Amino acid sequence: MNLQDMINDDGIRIGVVDTGVANIASVMASLRRVGVRADLMSTPMEVELVEGLVLPGVGHFASGMSELRRLGLVEAIRERIQRRSATLAICLGMQLLAESSDEAPGVTGLGAIDVRVRRLADGVPRPHVGWSRIYRPLLRTEDVVVRPGTAYFANGYAVDRVPDGWAATWACDGDRFVASLECSGVVACQFHPELSGTYGQDLIRRWVSCVKDVVSC
Amino acid sequence: MLMKRIIPCLDVRNGRVVKGVGFRNLREVGDPADLADRYQFDGADELVILDVSATMEERIASIEVVRSVRESLSIALTVGGGVRTVEDAERLLDAGADKISVNSAAVRRPDLIDELVSSFGSQCVIVAIDAIGRGDSEWEVVIDGGRSLTGGSVVQWAKTAVARGAGELLVTSHDRDGTGIGYDLDLIRSITRVVDTPVIASGGARTAADIESAFEAGATGSLIAGVLHDEATTIRNLRIELNALGRELRP
Repeated sequence: MNLQDMINDDGIRIGVVDTGVANIASVMASLRRVGVRADLMSTPMEVELVEGLVLPGVGHFASGMSELRRLGLVEAIRERIQRRSATLAICLGMQLLAESSDEAPGVTGLGAIDVRVRRLADGVPRPHVGWSRIYRPLLRTEDVVVRPGTAYFANGYAVDRVPDGWAATWACDGDRFVASLECSGVVACQFHPELSGTYGQDLIRRWVSCVKDVVSC
Repeated sequence: MLMKRIIPCLDVRNGRVVKGVGFRNLREVGDPADLADRYQFDGADELVILDVSATMEERIASIEVVRSVRESLSIALTVGGGVRTVEDAERLLDAGADKISVNSAAVRRPDLIDELVSSFGSQCVIVAIDAIGRGDSEWEVVIDGGRSLTGGSVVQWAKTAVARGAGELLVTSHDRDGTGIGYDLDLIRSITRVVDTPVIASGGARTAADIESAFEAGATGSLIAGVLHDEATTIRNLRIELNALGRELRP
């Protein structure tokens, strides 16, 4: 794809990683609803150069990683996260950023964030599907992308801890687990903002304005 | 806590929303995108589209319906009707579905459930079961939109579907569909008693009390259609009434 053709009116390019199995049509539609033109991408160069990258994902940790490896995107995504380039990782997309997952023992994750993915405790409805509250243990929420609210989940696993320097939100359904992590423009959500009604649309809008801020400074 | 879900359903045929009684006498009730917008605005937690088309031409129209509904829909969208293969499911996901519902084809060839689960994950696969009461807390599985009897037990099929990886079950009482006399709570209970997988109750709901009874019977979601299409009530009203009954829903 010609990267020149992807530029939005305000000079930013947003790419959505074409992981093949994700609910990509929903993610693309949610970006259009906040007025952003996004393009599917599947090469390391595209992933490196766009101002904002969305890493969607539904399905199995092992098949998600094998798809990223097949596309040769492992290094490019890891580097993006490590230099804190604006990235929105959703559900399995968030889990892929971890070192490893209970869902696929022996499979190496992107290792972009120093966390592991664990199975939700017994007693949590499985699959954990539906709307749940999101808690944020901070008084000031103006400066963050993920704020308290109610969001739509579809997961059986979650990351196990909050690494230093990252702001987190939590969900609690018989097991307290990390609902999101964010640091600068990197936002990783265990829930699906694209399926979380106005709460999710507002979140995506704030992330997009993060992308624009980074570009303007 | 996971909140219980109110899920409007659009039966779509030849690009239009239809509704019948006992799956028959279908009449047209509106445009899918218009109804989807209204229900979303009123506070639907998810949306289901079931393609009840009879012909291939009508099915192609339904793919366009999924595309147009997706454009403004910011909640989860389940699409079913006529899904026989992983490729069928892929087409619907590409058009904008988040979850796929399978029914008759899975009864005929249960491996379809395993194939969909291994391609898209459990959370993506809903097995829809249509049930006809046979008295004494027994229900028979019916397929092909209620036209074919299978002789199979609903409870047994529910267990099999879950064992094969179904992420949710959508259980419709064929006897009560379109009647407005309330869900078949015995049916719901007989299934929620034996599976941990989320169960969505369907067929017969008219009031908030009907919905609350299904939740108390163990359903995690309640499907409603006719009462909304007829504008006898709105999701907004149902939510207010459920809140008044002490039920916490998505704010």
